[in-house]
Amino acid sequence: MKVLGKPRRRVDGRAKVTGQTQFADDIFLPRMLHMRLLRSPHPHALIQNIDIEKAKSHLGVHLVLTGKDFPVSFGILPVTQDEYALAPEHVRYVGDPVAAVVAKDEQTATEALDLIAVQYRPLATISTPEEALTQPEPRIHAYSELGNIHRLQAFQFGDAEEALKNADCVFEDVFFYEGNTHLPIEQHAAVAAVDGEGKLTLWSSTQVPHYVHRQLARVLQMPAAHIRVVACPNGGGFGGKTDICNHEMAVAKAALALGRPVKICLNREEVFYMHRGRHPVLMKFRTGVTKEGRLAGMHLQTLVDGGGYGGYGVASTFYTGALQTVTYDLPRYKFEAARVFTNKPPCGPKRGHGTPQPRFGQEVQLDKIAEKLGMDPAELRLKNLIKPNSLTANWLKVGSIGLAECINQVTERSNWHSRYKKMPFGRGLGLACGAYLCGAGLPIYWNKMPQSGVQLLIDRSGQVTAFCGATEIGQGSDDVLAAIIAEVLGIDPFDVRCVTGDTGMTPVDLGSYSSRVTVMMGNAAIDAANKIKLQIAEAAAEQLGVSPERVSFANGKVFFENQSMTFGQAAGFAEEKFGTLGAVGSYKPPRAPGRYKGAGVGPSPAYSYTACVVEAEVDPATGWITVPKIWIAHDIGRTINPVLARGQVEGSVYMGLSEALMEEQVFRRLPPKLSGALVHKIPSLLEYKSLTSLDMPEVDTVLVEDPDPNCPFGAKEVGQGPLLPVMPAVANAIYDAVGVRIDELPITPDKVLRALEKKSKGESARVGPERFPAVPYPEPVVVPPPWEGGDGNAVQGHERTRLKVSSA
Amino acid sequence: MRRNVQVGLTINGEAAEASFAPYKTLLEVLREDLDLTGTKHGCELGECGACAVLVDGEPKLSCLVLAVECAGKSVDTVEGLAGGAKLHPLQAAFADLGAAQCGYCTPGILMTAKALLEKEPKPTRERIKEAISGNLCRCTGYQQIFEAIEEAAERLSTEAARRNE
Repeated sequence: MKVLGKPRRRVDGRAKVTGQTQFADDIFLPRMLHMRLLRSPHPHALIQNIDIEKAKSHLGVHLVLTGKDFPVSFGILPVTQDEYALAPEHVRYVGDPVAAVVAKDEQTATEALDLIAVQYRPLATISTPEEALTQPEPRIHAYSELGNIHRLQAFQFGDAEEALKNADCVFEDVFFYEGNTHLPIEQHAAVAAVDGEGKLTLWSSTQVPHYVHRQLARVLQMPAAHIRVVACPNGGGFGGKTDICNHEMAVAKAALALGRPVKICLNREEVFYMHRGRHPVLMKFRTGVTKEGRLAGMHLQTLVDGGGYGGYGVASTFYTGALQTVTYDLPRYKFEAARVFTNKPPCGPKRGHGTPQPRFGQEVQLDKIAEKLGMDPAELRLKNLIKPNSLTANWLKVGSIGLAECINQVTERSNWHSRYKKMPFGRGLGLACGAYLCGAGLPIYWNKMPQSGVQLLIDRSGQVTAFCGATEIGQGSDDVLAAIIAEVLGIDPFDVRCVTGDTGMTPVDLGSYSSRVTVMMGNAAIDAANKIKLQIAEAAAEQLGVSPERVSFANGKVFFENQSMTFGQAAGFAEEKFGTLGAVGSYKPPRAPGRYKGAGVGPSPAYSYTACVVEAEVDPATGWITVPKIWIAHDIGRTINPVLARGQVEGSVYMGLSEALMEEQVFRRLPPKLSGALVHKIPSLLEYKSLTSLDMPEVDTVLVEDPDPNCPFGAKEVGQGPLLPVMPAVANAIYDAVGVRIDELPITPDKVLRALEKKSKGESARVGPERFPAVPYPEPVVVPPPWEGGDGNAVQGHERTRLKVSSA
Repeated sequence: MRRNVQVGLTINGEAAEASFAPYKTLLEVLREDLDLTGTKHGCELGECGACAVLVDGEPKLSCLVLAVECAGKSVDTVEGLAGGAKLHPLQAAFADLGAAQCGYCTPGILMTAKALLEKEPKPTRERIKEAISGNLCRCTGYQQIFEAIEEAAERLSTEAARRNE
């Protein structure tokens, strides 16, 4: 390897440190106008009338749009097309957009918002999942499965109940993971303009230009060929820019109506309303183990608080159960899930998409199991690790798995065996593991086309231009693209120009979500680069007088033994021989073995693995938690650029620790005289607590390389997986420190104090949800696991699950 | 109609004049009237630090400063950090060591770090943590930012030593 594995400045590094990276709000076009949205102050209401006359006649206002201008709905998933750019008649959360004003500047647009008179008829508010379960009316969406229950899912892979009955011990635990939000520092922005041919261009801070493109065509009723969506580099995404946004539709419509460029940039409060963040999830785990500490079976129930719209929610809900099987050998598994609608900003995918919540529960429960069985938590996990190249109970195909090495690394480096359970009261260590997708096996909408395409253009100057729809959100997707092509062609990554995330210029790539980019774009890039390499090798071989397979590419040279030419010269010979040089490559994941309906969520070309040890200090007088150090080891398959890979791991540790200790998107009711509305408690960066530089502990990062054959040069994902074990490792460390279980996130000092108080009174030293409500889960789809003679099809209940969908 | 005000100030060492509505913040004037979009915004309420610039050498949140207050003052932004085509050691270290992921908080942190290193050429890790505690970064986990500032301090002191030889 000449390029891969070596620490390098990322290809877009210079632009980022000079202020030259152009984010969406940095675009200023001639004659550009500005848009602001009017948002509902009611959590749940019907719109009776909107009077826009005064706003329209306000000096400097060019256009006012309302729900009437958007007859067509949209939604990221084909099964939930339940949103409108502007709500036509029904608002479902405080912040739901109802009107848009376009004016000469933001100030004028903001003034005009106050001149729009909306008459609402408030409806009763559904504020919690418990209310959604018990109050079918008023119904937030008519299409939901049952009252205010959006979706119900149930699967059974082997008779889990029997496995629990026969197990030596059964552990039953209820956990709660509070919702939280992405908090990208860049507020969402979009600019729309109509070009000289009358075609529309939308520049947006989106992670998914391809999906925005499709939905714009639907909502605007325009040919997709006349729409170009450019994903600007995102100023942080974390999943928060993977949904289709109201403002993208509204600003596009306005530009078409006015024939002038229009920009919108959400303010910070609006970003909290846009949300699509971590779903609050209540979960109940019943897990059976043998006295030797082998898992016998698990029954997991989840209750997912979706907020006001569908978004990615159906997929998120599947993900609260789909990946429980890919880490430890689980012979039998039953999973039941429900997502409810509530009158809060819609939830969606945040880093780890639906899997951090059950991962928290599973890993804390394993800690309890180890304690009860008198086993070391690391030993318990090592004993149960799933085998490489195996099938799981729910028919996922697991490839390489470097988790044992990850566990060994973090336990050795933290001196786990000499310090766990042996430190003075108030100090402790906690261990947890995690696993994640390297891209979802299926696209969001059903199709058999490639999930990523790369096009290469090479000429006699030796310049290489790579076109790909993948989106740079800070994770380094452009650097991965350049590095992989450079590795194949033996050139420097800086000699590759990346043109990415532009539906008008680049082959389709589904976007930056589900940790799919390295694997899918990387494989497509190898495919394209290998095709062009063959041509160049053939032309160069003629010059060198050898056969093409003996020609090597490295360090900007094409050579055989000590005869060489520059890459540019070789490209010139190839151009002479074959004409203008270009190649395309594409990638589609292998077909997953599961055949039952619902098997579409969970498959991935490969899975990444992580182990983490957290050290915690807890002050028993105040409950204050300090984390001095975290050890983390991530099985990345192969490292493309260790500087960026380490950054992804440490960024995940940061975000995970922040979620563990403080982040929460929570709501409160205004007093009755102020409408009693359910409002966001803290829609500001100041009050939405997140870790600062002062709170960040030392992080010891190890990259474990267990290459996976499905991945480019073996490289797996690194952007999301390392977040997963952090939260449970914190909870487990707190238990080791002061002997209390906090079974809900975030773990705040008041919860620790409450648990310590209970402990001192001789009560259960635990704070967390006390009960799991009755949920009308349906009869499960019954699928025998591979070792019970199944073929991946359901034997019962297969008719009711209607979905073929996947995402992250 | 609102009347614009006319203000003269020094931006990145060059004399500049701008005409703008008097309620505009320095952030808005830099980005909208002076084409200096390198300075970012994450809240416009003084909470995130993305808009930090130097006013007379002191780090300030440009979203909390009225541009009219800057008449006659000297304002430094990320655009003025590099010496021509040559990156400032802070910029080079940030690019080399992974301190910029999405790059959105980067300009504000670079300017804050510049002010720190001018006052304290060899800050401890603790001082660096304190200095940038008002700059939120959601990507990096801060480790590589700390390391880049330390590396830049090294490079700057080596450069200074070389100049003194």
